[in-house]
Amino acid sequence: MSSPTAKPPVPAGNVTTRSEARWLFISRKLLGFLFVVALTFLALLAVTFFIGRIIPIDPVLSIVGDRASNEVYEAARIAMGLDRPLPVQFFSYVGDVLSGDLGRSVSTNREVISDLARVFPATLEMATIGIIIGVLIGVPMGVFAASHQGSWVDHIIRMLALSGYAVPAFWLGLVGLALFYANLGWVAGPGRMDVYFEGLIEPVTGLLLVDSLLAGDTDVFWNAVSHIVLPALILGFFALAYIARMTRSFMLDQLSQEYITTARVKGVPGWRVLWVHAFLPIRVQLITVIGLSYAGLLEGSVMIETVFSWPGIGNYLTVALLNADMNAVLGATLVIGMVFIIINKLSDVLYGLLDPRSAR
Amino acid sequence: MAMLELENLRVSFPSAEGPVDVVKGISLSLGRERLGIVGESGSGKSLTGRAILKLINRPGVMHADRLEFDGIDLLSQSERQMRHLRGARLSMVMQDPKFSLHPVMRVGDQIAEALRCHERLRRRDVKARVIEMLEKVRINEPEAVARLYPHQISGGMGQRVMIAMMLIPKPDLLIADEPTSALDVSVQATVLDLIDSLVTDNGMGLMLISHDLNLVARYCDRILVMNAGEVVEECAAGQLQQATHPYTQGLLAAVPQMVEDRDELPVLDRSRWSGT
Repeated sequence: MSSPTAKPPVPAGNVTTRSEARWLFISRKLLGFLFVVALTFLALLAVTFFIGRIIPIDPVLSIVGDRASNEVYEAARIAMGLDRPLPVQFFSYVGDVLSGDLGRSVSTNREVISDLARVFPATLEMATIGIIIGVLIGVPMGVFAASHQGSWVDHIIRMLALSGYAVPAFWLGLVGLALFYANLGWVAGPGRMDVYFEGLIEPVTGLLLVDSLLAGDTDVFWNAVSHIVLPALILGFFALAYIARMTRSFMLDQLSQEYITTARVKGVPGWRVLWVHAFLPIRVQLITVIGLSYAGLLEGSVMIETVFSWPGIGNYLTVALLNADMNAVLGATLVIGMVFIIINKLSDVLYGLLDPRSAR
Repeated sequence: MAMLELENLRVSFPSAEGPVDVVKGISLSLGRERLGIVGESGSGKSLTGRAILKLINRPGVMHADRLEFDGIDLLSQSERQMRHLRGARLSMVMQDPKFSLHPVMRVGDQIAEALRCHERLRRRDVKARVIEMLEKVRINEPEAVARLYPHQISGGMGQRVMIAMMLIPKPDLLIADEPTSALDVSVQATVLDLIDSLVTDNGMGLMLISHDLNLVARYCDRILVMNAGEVVEECAAGQLQQATHPYTQGLLAAVPQMVEDRDELPVLDRSRWSGT
């Protein structure tokens, strides 16, 4: 990067060269970025902590049972540190979370952190495939609909997008299972893999598709693929409906801009007007939309996970809520909150890279 | 022989009460000369410019009995054929650089694109032509400016970039649609002088669309005055004072004089020609 005006040569002996100054600038930005992330995370911890205090579920009762005597109850309360002042409790909570201790789940009787390490990758795997389908099909569909506004293709795409809002997820899941699994036998049924493959693969990343390939076991891989295809497609359809609709309206807005006319006056080919001149400026808005819908999918679709017996975070959180399993609920909430923070910050970084106007 | 022939151009927009004509049958012909089109906002002058390039956006519809450019019947040209003519032979300087330059493309790339769409050139040659063109529109340090984004340059500089972009494929006819309306008065003259000298040097035709009578009279050979979608007056630039149509007379009367002895400037009396 050279500046527009020629500067007088830097006197020799002056230590900061241009590349050093650049590194200093980048590292300062990085530090500021990490600080903001840490601060947001602390706020998230405060929220989960106070939810845990406000919700009328007594954590002591859920351990000692409701027939315990007053002495036993008091002893357990003190042992759990609940008699200490709230700020002290909060700081010890933050310390616990930072050291990876989210407490023990009452319903599974395991450490919440190890439960989450098992269920989150299952959701991550499905959500990632879902969002990839949503982006790869939804964005071109939206662009196409916008460039053919008012045509029958546009109407079909809009109908499809609308049905993504109107059709309930569980219904689509059940119909999908009935048709493609029970009747046609094209895909495998509920669960992440067939029962006889269970336990064959040592979890490394927790993502079954990745782990089975790492282990070189293609049988498990293809089995897992046939299990994930249907739920991921259904998730992808919902993501697609939203992404296509938003892409269409962003593009329509772009196509009425003056600089699109400028491009046409220059004699720029139609595809280039569409995919370069109109599409470049909407990337930033699209990132927000895609990031939000990805975060939404990572939250775990309870409906889909229930219908497909998918051992994901949505399922886990629901079971924990029904059992008043506070540690598990707070742990899962924390993970979901973190997902939102990370995706938000990532899209902020991408903004800066993609839009020269916001780069400073 | 005239370079551009336009007969009975109509541009209409649909409304609840049926289509509304915004341009109501305009005819004009233009050689390698400077033609000014003057009129108030909404008089259809910009639409006329765009219609010549066949760039009327939906839901607008254009009709003409004849639209010929250099012997080519533009009305029968396909969109693909039009694309080869636009930029290369017929070009248009747009109104406000703040909106008409692409916000996330570098200035140099935008100018280069105009050239690349019409000529197959090597990368190095394209770059050289862009720099040369930026110099022609009197931009200092063209290499540095080419790397900037539109939001990093001033309005006047943006409009010079626009001119560079539209003139780099060496078109025969340039339509300038209010090229200086968004600029400071101090910059207006610079930009118009620039357009004027480039057009004259290359022997191009110029259609200058503006709402400013004096400006058009200064830079054009011939003037069309438009009102409510119709041409109401056509005269040589020097004979503007002898205008016969009441609208033109009214406009001229409303221009303040250097030595002003009127207490109030007259207001247009529309009943004199529109009959309402």
